Parts: sequence; structure tokens; C-alpha cells
Amino acid sequence: MKFPADLKYAESHEWLRAEADGTYTVGISDAAQDMLGDLVFCGDFKVGESLAKGDTAGVVESVKAASDVYMPVDGEITAFNGELDANPEKINSDPYAAWIFKVKPAAGAGTDGLMDAAAYEAVVKAA
Amino acid sequence: MALQRTSLFESHVASGAKMVDFGGWEMPLHYGSQIDEHHAVRKAAGMFDVSHMCAVDVSGAVPKSFFRRLIANDITKLKTPGKALYSAMLNTSGGVIDDLIVYWRGGDNYRVVVNASTAVKDLAHMNRVAETYDMDLTPRRDLAMIAVQGPNAREKVFEVRPEWRAAGEPLPVFHSTEIDDVFLARTGYTGEDGFEISLPAAAAPRLWESLKTAGVAECGLGARDTLRLEAGMNLYGNDMDEMVSPLDAGLGWTVAMENDRDFIGRAVIENYEQRAAFVGLKLLDRGVMRSHMIVTTAHGEGATTSGTFSPTLGCSIALARVPLAVAVGDKVQIDIRGKLVDALVVKLPFVRNGRVLV
Repeated sequence: MKFPADLKYAESHEWLRAEADGTYTVGISDAAQDMLGDLVFCGDFKVGESLAKGDTAGVVESVKAASDVYMPVDGEITAFNGELDANPEKINSDPYAAWIFKVKPAAGAGTDGLMDAAAYEAVVKAA
Repeated sequence: MALQRTSLFESHVASGAKMVDFGGWEMPLHYGSQIDEHHAVRKAAGMFDVSHMCAVDVSGAVPKSFFRRLIANDITKLKTPGKALYSAMLNTSGGVIDDLIVYWRGGDNYRVVVNASTAVKDLAHMNRVAETYDMDLTPRRDLAMIAVQGPNAREKVFEVRPEWRAAGEPLPVFHSTEIDDVFLARTGYTGEDGFEISLPAAAAPRLWESLKTAGVAECGLGARDTLRLEAGMNLYGNDMDEMVSPLDAGLGWTVAMENDRDFIGRAVIENYEQRAAFVGLKLLDRGVMRSHMIVTTAHGEGATTSGTFSPTLGCSIALARVPLAVAVGDKVQIDIRGKLVDALVVKLPFVRNGRVLV
């Protein structure tokens, strides 16, 4: 199971990458896709909406179950990875390349409270 | 209570299976990709460890009288030795205690196979009825059961066990035969051809290994569920239970009312007016139906009893109880987590023998 060191992680298993332009790219972790199993749907992300950290941003569904994907920071969803419409299984094959949505953070919104790779790995291994 | 394990547990773990608690048993959910396993069964051959299901041997002087009372289907439909019969076992209120298969082994000998999660209550119920008829019930926890399913399943079994071919090849669908201590049945829960093989638990890992080497895909409970749903087969606890009449669960065809046979539950069934149609649903938009979702129709509300993503159809499918007036071809709406999504009412099954029927 992979935990790339350049990413931040939420307890609810989203990963977040800080981009040079000040936006964030969000996906779900390798551990999350492994728990869910074969993904068959990824969607309902409301592009253009401003949400608070912890709000439901959208949903991923596997053969087994539906699971909400949460906002890791306060901000606006600016993009959804349309490639996942037809091919949600890309999240299974490469969860860190298959980003799900992009966020423009609200003023002052930071990544405090998110974990680094080592801390997140410890959480996953303890579960 | 510790989870029970089948004799194939080590094989599953060695193959990297994700193990889960299923009715008190530690069973494989999948070995990597549930969807790949599903396709293997539809297109080639896959195998499932179903040793958690409970085989019960029935012996005694009056097995026919016992079964005429115990089950809602009519045991006298078994006219040739080896033939199998699917039936519900009802309580006195006409609800379903379990669904099962009875095999006639010839003479006064029968074998019943019941679900894992209900085995304890099933046996208690069966034993109470058995007392009246002085019948002996022997749960066969010494046996393992492997279901090999798919268009190539039977040929794969003969490839690794050529000595079974003579007895197994002529076996018609829904019949069983016995070769020494191996019980070979042409039955299954996938909508594909194949065998369910019962054999001494200690012999199961060798058969599993041989089949695996021959290219039969290892399949977990996840694929078993999507396959049975596509095949329009009921799952006990989801699609029916003790509070549901078989008539509202698409099982009317298994309740034999023709003669005056006094089976348990008959008095209620006789006066029961069917409340719901049991239908298939095919989702017309994206999303995945699950059990207990509200179905809105032109004739009132219903609910899904099982739902999933169908790997063969590439969309979500469900089984549902809907108002009787709802007909095949009707468009209905499913409440998927607060969003109404269109679905089409279809005739079951969705898929049979590799072919999409809806």
C-alpha cells in the first residue's frame, strides 16, 4: 500500500496535493480504494460550489458500498476529473494519479489538521 | 464467538483473499478484483468455497411424509434418484425460515443444503418436525463444498478429475450423483452451468489447487452476489425473511398448492392475497442501487430488496417489491441518497448462461 510523502491526508482517507498556483488537488488514498474494492461510480461533485471542510463533496461507489468524499479544506470545487465518469476503476489502478476534484481554498483556509504520510500510514495500520 | 473457518481458509489467505465475516464464517470477499472474478464465471470458469453452507442428511422410514410437512414445494416432484428440488421452508405464519435445496439420493435418503447464517435455526426447526416423523437429521460439517461455475466449469472439473467424467457428463441440470465419497450436483447460484461438489473437508484443498492450476478463477462472496443478482436469484435475509410471504418474494412458483398436502404455513398462504410484485430494475442513469431504497411508481411506493452494479450489463440492477399494478416496461424512480434516478422494470433474470436478457 502506497503513502506518497508529498501529499497530505485527511482522516476520512482523502489525499490532497498543494499546487504551485495555490489550489489543491484531491483524491482518495490507496488504503481507501483497497477498502472499497472495485469502484463503479464517481460523481455528484458540485463544481462551482463553496463548501466547508468536512462537507460532502461528492461520492464514490464500489460494487460493495457507497462512500462520501469529504472536503479536506474550506473552499470552492473548481473542477471534477471527467475521466472518472466513464472509468472510475482508474482510482483502483492508480489512486494518486486519478485525482477526483480541485479546490480553490477559501481565504485563510490551510491544511492544519491534515496528516503527513507517516501519520496517515500509522492511522491506516492501526485500523 | 470466534469466526468459523472452512478447510480452504489457508488456501484463501495464501491467494491474498480479503477475508470477511459472513454469517459467523471467515470467508473470502474477493482475491483482488470482484469484477474480474464475475467475468471469469460468465465467460470461462470460476470457483467458490461454499463450505459454510450446511448439508444435512435426512434418513428414516418416512422421508416423504417429513418433507411434505416441512417444505412448501412438493417432494413428490422428485421422480428420479439424484434429482434436486428448490423450496422455501415456511413458519406457521407463512413467512420464510430459509430457502434450500433437497437432493433425493435414492431410496429413503435425502440431503438438504441450507444457508450458513440460518443453519442453527433451520436445524432446530427441522429437528422439531423430524421428531413427529421419527426421522434422523445429520448435519455434515465434515464436508466441504466447492461450486465450480461457468461455461467451461464442467469440462475443467473433468480435466482435473477424469474419473468423474463417466458419472458427471450425462448428469442433467438440477441433478446429482455420487462417486465414492464425492457428491456431484449440477446446481449453482450464478445463472451459469457448473457443479456444486461436496467432499470430505480434508480433500477440498487438493481439489481447489488442481482447479486453480487448470485455470479456474478463485472467486469470492462479492462476485457470488453480483452473479446471483444478475441471475435473478433471491438472497435470504435480503429478498425474503420470516416476515415476508414467498408470494411477495417471487417464490410463488416454488409453493405447491395443487393437492391438499398440509405443509407448515399452508393455512396462511391459502388465504394470503399477494401484496407486491417482485421485479427486476435496471437503472437508466448513473449511480448504484442498494437494498432498502424507495421505489416511486405510478401505482404507489415500493422498495428494493437487493441492489448492486452489474458487471455484465455495465449499469446498476436491483430486485424490488413494488405495487402489483406495476408492469414490465414501466419507468420508475429510485431514491438514491436523496436523488431520484430513473429505472426500468424488467422481467427476471437479467442474465442467464452468459446472455443478457433485458
